[in-house]
Amino acid sequence: MRTLLEVVGLSVSFDGFKAINNLSFDIRPAELRAVIGPNGAGKTTFMDIVTGKTKPDHGSVLWGEKSVNLVGLDEAEIAQAGIGRKFQKPTVFEDQTVFENLLMSLSSKRDVWSVFTYRRTEADCASVDKLALDIGLGDDLHRVAGELSHGQKQWLEIGMLLAQDPKLLLVDEPAAGMTPEEREKTTAILVEAAKTRAVVVVEHDMEFVRRLNCRVTVLHEGSVLAEGSLDHVTSNQEVIDVYLGR
Amino acid sequence: MTASHYRRNALIFVLILSLFTVLVSALSAGAGSDVIATSFIKTLGKTLCLALVAIAMDLIWGYAGILSLGHFAFFALGGYMIGMWLMYERTKDIVTQSLNQATIPPTDQEIIDGIGTQIFGVVGSNEFPVIWMFADSLIAQALLVILVPALLAYLFGWFAFRSRVTGVYLSILTQAFTLALSLYLFQNESGLRGNNGLSGLQNLPYVDANQDLVSLWFFWASAVALGLGYLGASYVVSGKFGSVMRAIRDNEARVRFLGYKVETYKLAVFVGTAIIAAIAGALYYPQAGIVNPAEMAPIASIYLAVWVAIGGRGRLYGSVIGAIIVSLLSTWFTGGQAPDLSFGVFTLKWVDWWQVLLGVSFVLVTLYAPKGIGGLFDLLSRRGPSS
Repeated sequence: MRTLLEVVGLSVSFDGFKAINNLSFDIRPAELRAVIGPNGAGKTTFMDIVTGKTKPDHGSVLWGEKSVNLVGLDEAEIAQAGIGRKFQKPTVFEDQTVFENLLMSLSSKRDVWSVFTYRRTEADCASVDKLALDIGLGDDLHRVAGELSHGQKQWLEIGMLLAQDPKLLLVDEPAAGMTPEEREKTTAILVEAAKTRAVVVVEHDMEFVRRLNCRVTVLHEGSVLAEGSLDHVTSNQEVIDVYLGR
Repeated sequence: MTASHYRRNALIFVLILSLFTVLVSALSAGAGSDVIATSFIKTLGKTLCLALVAIAMDLIWGYAGILSLGHFAFFALGGYMIGMWLMYERTKDIVTQSLNQATIPPTDQEIIDGIGTQIFGVVGSNEFPVIWMFADSLIAQALLVILVPALLAYLFGWFAFRSRVTGVYLSILTQAFTLALSLYLFQNESGLRGNNGLSGLQNLPYVDANQDLVSLWFFWASAVALGLGYLGASYVVSGKFGSVMRAIRDNEARVRFLGYKVETYKLAVFVGTAIIAAIAGALYYPQAGIVNPAEMAPIASIYLAVWVAIGGRGRLYGSVIGAIIVSLLSTWFTGGQAPDLSFGVFTLKWVDWWQVLLGVSFVLVTLYAPKGIGGLFDLLSRRGPSS
């Protein structure tokens, strides 16, 4: 099957420390994937490289049907190509309303002139309303994002990502600091999103990963240690030694 | 604040500004009254221009989060560009009249030489520098009011933002920019009369009107510019562009991951606000009568930031209130009108101590009232029944 994102022979080091070491990874257009691994395994650095925040020393990140190399493009260009990213800490624009946050994220032309001359359309408002319902913030559209609870901010950020309508969604520890019900809802949102696009979830919480019920990639010291179903990787002796055994 | 708040505030603002303009006009010498002296009309007109440049400062600092300490350079440049036309035409008028009294009619070259000697004699020259080539055209110089600051802002912004210079480093760069420009203009070879600057700008060429009337016209023009500036700024910040500006201020890395090219947006805001500042300057200096390189000293741009901080950044009316109150107080204190305080052995002279008072107010506002004077309106509206 055709791949959406193909990472080939990626390496990057910071002051001699190899954060990513000859990493290869690929994902198909509609797939949910969990990435686990101990601290310092390179999970976040991997996301930084794919989204253009960090430039790799070697390797390439091939994207889409035309296999465009994303290395060298800036963050905005990569985002426009269709890669969305959710950070560990919820980063919504606290000063603005839920509506404004979602409208800004809504997939549309991003150049200065189009945004400067932008006028609200019925269709855009309807899209925002629908997104807000999906993430359970239907009644909070005109609340300032700073007033939301931690879990609601997480959902707003997920909503902002869905609004971008990316082909690939990178999600960093979505369940951190959530109550059990909030986790359940987050799982449902992610599983639903993965039906139409690729979703990569970085997570520490094994229970949460189990609920996602998807293929798992284990990273260790900047490269892939094992890959397969959760049961498959958790019975792998190497994985137990470096990660689960601790 | 939502779009409807902005619309309501803009409406209130334009209403107050219109009432103020009509009232002041009716009481002015230009309208045959003697309640408000012509010199004070000029002060009020200049104050409106300062309020307009404060709006530009609020857009770039309060909304986009870029603390530019160089926007007064664009303000002064606007004054220079319109000043060139005013000075050239006025001098041409005088030179032509005086030469026409001679028995032999003067040639065109004699007139141009005469103007050159009049304008550049003070810097030991009588030749027109290349940059004065359009000085005889009002349309060209009015275009240059916009083009020259826009081009400079574009070049500066392109280098600074592309290298992702942010925060205090960017502020320092903008200070260096305004200082460099000021030092350049201080040179006689700059072609803009060195430290003398351009003068006599209060006289409109070929118009037979006294200063009572001219000052009133400029006061009106300033009021219209401020009104339009406020409406325009209000429209921009209440829409999606304003949303992106505030997002860049609060977390520019996140905005990049949304797919917006932050550098391009910053550049657009930098150039746009430079143009607003230049237009404000082009209206200010004809009322001041003189523009010289000291106007773009680094301290001028810092004052601009102080006005906006005291008025309350991130809200348009805050910056206007700050600019009006602080600049009028500054005129009052430094003009020697404020009564000195006598403490027996020590007399506090406000001319010297005003800056200390301003500095202390700035520190106090920053520490205890970060929303500035504009924050008071929040307290008032919170008590109201609507919210």
